[in-house]
Amino acid sequence: MKTKITAKSVVIFVLAVLWLLIAFVPFWFMLLTGFKQSLELMTRPVWALPENPIITNFSNVLANRFFRFLTNSTIVVSVSIFLVVLISSMAAYVFARIRFRLNQPLFALIIAGLIVPIHVTLIPIYLLTTRAGIYDTLSALIGPYVAFSLPISIFILTQFMRQIPYELEDAARIDGCGPMGSFFRIILPLSRSGLVTIAIFNAVSLWNEFVFAFVLTSSPSTRTLPLAIWDFQGQYSADIPQIMAVLILSALPLIIAYVIFQEQLVKGIMAGAIKG
Amino acid sequence: MTTAARDNTQARITTRPRPLINEYALTAALFLLPTFAFLFIFVLWPIVDSFRLSLYKWNGVDPNLTFLGVDNWTRLAKDSVFWRALRNNFIIVFLSIIIQLPVGLALAVLLDTGGRMFRFFKVIYFLPLLLSTVAIGILFKYIYDPYFGIINATLEAVGLQSLTQAWLSNPRIALFSVIAVICWQYIPFYMVLFLASLTGIPQELREAAYIDGATENTYFWRVVLPLLRGSIITAATLSLIGSLKYFDLIWVMTEGGPVNATELMATYMYKKAFNSFEMGYGATIASALFIVVLVTALTVYFPLQRREEDIAG
Repeated sequence: MKTKITAKSVVIFVLAVLWLLIAFVPFWFMLLTGFKQSLELMTRPVWALPENPIITNFSNVLANRFFRFLTNSTIVVSVSIFLVVLISSMAAYVFARIRFRLNQPLFALIIAGLIVPIHVTLIPIYLLTTRAGIYDTLSALIGPYVAFSLPISIFILTQFMRQIPYELEDAARIDGCGPMGSFFRIILPLSRSGLVTIAIFNAVSLWNEFVFAFVLTSSPSTRTLPLAIWDFQGQYSADIPQIMAVLILSALPLIIAYVIFQEQLVKGIMAGAIKG
Repeated sequence: MTTAARDNTQARITTRPRPLINEYALTAALFLLPTFAFLFIFVLWPIVDSFRLSLYKWNGVDPNLTFLGVDNWTRLAKDSVFWRALRNNFIIVFLSIIIQLPVGLALAVLLDTGGRMFRFFKVIYFLPLLLSTVAIGILFKYIYDPYFGIINATLEAVGLQSLTQAWLSNPRIALFSVIAVICWQYIPFYMVLFLASLTGIPQELREAAYIDGATENTYFWRVVLPLLRGSIITAATLSLIGSLKYFDLIWVMTEGGPVNATELMATYMYKKAFNSFEMGYGATIASALFIVVLVTALTVYFPLQRREEDIAG
């Protein structure tokens, strides 16, 4: 294909660059400011490069229990994802593969869960958590995280499992393989890419979850990353470079993941775009 | 296979002697149990409990709840802050859909026509989706800062001092400042969604349209747009339901202020239940939010979905 410079391609290019600026400038501001000294914003223009780039902002954050928050987030997200993948693949297997009268109505009921705003459940879940004596522990988060991840995960996996050829299961059945065996030996291994997709999708959304963590935990030792950012912000509200350093560090894990697994991550994040 | 033959196999399968307990029914029950346990405890029961609590006056600690009947609901009906919050929610829904979808589509078309050349652009465009909403909220709080933020600084640098603003503390524009951030956050999502459908359109269709004398414009409006119908409906639905559930960003940026200018149903509910300890009234707002989402879903979403099926079928 020959490249012609036409008026149209110039306009397209200009628009593309314009959005590039809109998308990137906030990141640039964050990076630039994170390396400044705390008073530099008042004495020099906001757009100026850091006078003497410093890393103390970052080391302060790292020394201030950052790894505790990172570990908390990692634990909560891993346990939740493990449960979501296990439970939703079991349910999806039933909906995709076993015929029974209530199949459609039950599936519809679960899909209806997609529209439930978490805020409706917030007060009762908060009360339940305090009564169960797990308020302000990491386990308080796992129940609601799993529950609210299930409808979309089941939906995606059911679609996925419906496409696996039935002949495979028929063949297994002739060889004496029951429903359990065919789930673990045939359907589950063949659904690997679907499982990866829902794992990524839920990992990203739970990694960034705010409301439940805000309401169900209170002490620094149980804070997850999004809450820690919020706390840091309260603590350093006047020290903008310090806050930018927090933001950069907290965004880093996902950005690194994006650099390494770009296609997979994009696919996982976009898995939320379903026709429910 | 002839119909008779198929009936025959069918008959053979169904008349096979059945075991005492159907293994498949057992598996179905066992495999669905954890899902329904989680959904019952953390979704279904809390919804019912919210409605129950909405009939009481309660500070959340006192062992005795005072039964009020429908008093909380009549209070809600007269509560101007609630109506303001509801209105704000719908302003966000409306502006989100009319800004995010067209811009997302335009960017998708841009990337689609640019082809490989724009791969780098696509990588950068996607970045906002990697930040948590809390991080975005805090970042933009400082971007909007009247003294140290980049918006006012840039406006001053190009001689537009008259446009500088206290973006988040001016009640007349705070809501729009927040909506701009919502758009920044979600436009890339719709862009990727539309881009996926655009790349799925076979090249032959374009050639066929051009042979039939279509211009680039008519090709877009008469061929591409109708083919994107499904994705547009998906995007609009996601945007609609998502906007009604909004909380994090607003909470981080303004906490619903200044003077309720950016109040949403969810932020108002949170304040009542957890800041002023009016659990009963908070539950009333939460229940109202549920009703609003349900009614919206039933009136907008399902009819659209049905029409879609009619067209497909």
